[in-house]
Amino acid sequence: MMLETNEIVFNEEELREIEKIKSKYPQTQAALMPVLWKAQEKFGWISEDVMQYIAELLQLPMAHVQGVASFYTMYHKKPAGRYHVQVCTNVSCLINGGDNLLNHACEKLGIPEGDVTSDGKFSLEEVECMGACGGAPMFAVNEDFYESSDICKFGNIIDSLQ
Amino acid sequence: MNDYPKLLLTGIPDFHKIDVYLQNGGYDQYRKATQMQPDEVTTEVKKSGLRGRGGACFPTGLKWTFMPKGTGKPKYLCVNGDESEPGSFKDRQIFEFNPHQLFEGIMIAGYAMGITAAYIYIRGEYHTWINMLQSALEDAYKRGFVGDKMRETFSSQYKIDIYIHKGAGAYICGEETSQMNSIEGKRGYPRVKPPFPAQSGLWGMPTTVNNVETIATVPAIMKMGGEAYSKIGAPGHSGTLLFGVSGHIVKPGVYELPTGTLLEEIINEHCGGVRNGKKIKGVIPGGSSMPPLRGDEISGVRMDEESLKRHGTHIGTGGIIVMDEDTDMVRTALRIAHFYHHESCGQCTPCREGCGWMEKMLKRAYRGDITSKDLDMLVNISNNIEGNTICALGDAAAWAIRGFVTKFRDDFEKRIQSKRTFVAPNIVHGRRNSASTLVFESEVG
Repeated sequence: MMLETNEIVFNEEELREIEKIKSKYPQTQAALMPVLWKAQEKFGWISEDVMQYIAELLQLPMAHVQGVASFYTMYHKKPAGRYHVQVCTNVSCLINGGDNLLNHACEKLGIPEGDVTSDGKFSLEEVECMGACGGAPMFAVNEDFYESSDICKFGNIIDSLQ
Repeated sequence: MNDYPKLLLTGIPDFHKIDVYLQNGGYDQYRKATQMQPDEVTTEVKKSGLRGRGGACFPTGLKWTFMPKGTGKPKYLCVNGDESEPGSFKDRQIFEFNPHQLFEGIMIAGYAMGITAAYIYIRGEYHTWINMLQSALEDAYKRGFVGDKMRETFSSQYKIDIYIHKGAGAYICGEETSQMNSIEGKRGYPRVKPPFPAQSGLWGMPTTVNNVETIATVPAIMKMGGEAYSKIGAPGHSGTLLFGVSGHIVKPGVYELPTGTLLEEIINEHCGGVRNGKKIKGVIPGGSSMPPLRGDEISGVRMDEESLKRHGTHIGTGGIIVMDEDTDMVRTALRIAHFYHHESCGQCTPCREGCGWMEKMLKRAYRGDITSKDLDMLVNISNNIEGNTICALGDAAAWAIRGFVTKFRDDFEKRIQSKRTFVAPNIVHGRRNSASTLVFESEVG
């Protein structure tokens, strides 16, 4: 196992929580998605080492873990910024200026879509519909939605993040 | 804009809190159900004419009867809150404002079908709403309404456990069989049907998949009786619907209205009309998968499945997107094609390749590099995707793009330029570093 550092490892309490997650399902494999979420929360992103660790933890083939982690877009397969900025450009947002918002976000953060700022503070992603069409155009920072936004609101929110 | 029942979004302040829910008769409908035979509960739901709110409009009561009895196997309920259809944001309102009615609905449905565990599948992007629902669920467990303690609370032998499963960003997981794979910890690949979920669903066991809104409606049906519920709204598609209205309108939002409400009434009266007094160019009636209606077609259109079917479209998830006269339909169609191409799981060739082709062609259309024949080909591609895939994602993409190209053909034709540029790789000099691509220009015939 590639665990020279002690970094990729869950602590006692987290392992207990994982046991609890497992008990929700009749088969251990079903715990994979919640455990991947947990890993992302703790390690920031799902590296190959994280996948390997989870595969051993849940006794699943590495190929399966990799397959699942890569299928779902919300698991970061590369390091994300401390603030992961997501801009929706799907229909409702598009027709309300979502495209402009994304272009502005690129300019404001100084990175193209899909990239991370050099200080690791921000990452930017164009996302599919996030279910906030009533507040289009919208963007999200990590888990928080900012609806009925515009370039001005975007700027204010970004500036307020430390 | 007269009186209509508010069965899901009651407007009662703090209704999401368990105490307020209890003060308003919360969990009484489950108690009532336990005094009936399970089959009688299903019959009541059948009588109500309730049809699935996830888009397919399948009669809910009938679906419940598909669950086998007395097999001794565990049975499961999947509550679909994936809600990834562009234009849909209704289930979110239930998580936020009426979570206990959803749990009560799960309990009643579970009792009717003899189910012991329910999984509520919620899209990963809804972190905030998952937390809200989780905290409401913990309250319900603490008070003994769900889980082992409910036997004692309701003096009944039946019990059910409810779990929340968080998705991770995959539109396809709103498809029922894909969702089951996702819960099992696999990639969200749709399964071939048959076997249907009622025969072999989660972990190969009998499973029913119902939408969040469908399940949350069940306690309301129990309260007023199936007969009375069937009289709300349009015949053949009864009840109230959560319409999520977005786009170029004054007051976007989620409105609970009876089925069969006029589309114009929703837009002009409830939503305050189109912004800046503009005309409507088109309306997507039920989420991006549903064929759009032209602005000149919406007069007299009623928002229920049977009426919309007559207009060549469907109610879908009730996500209405209103587009005003300035909307670039080619750009919109391109964005939709991009979405389906991105979200195709890749199992079936017609969908995986076809959605990609449609996106590429629409990209060209957007640039103006397209001919009239290409537009016919777009329709042809969509015809060849539809009905040739495991799940309905391919159909959805086909309906949407075909709808846009045929309904707004003028907009597409306008993009056609008289000259067309062809680009070809330079095969002859391909091995040279200096080889540049060949560019030809020709008149469009």
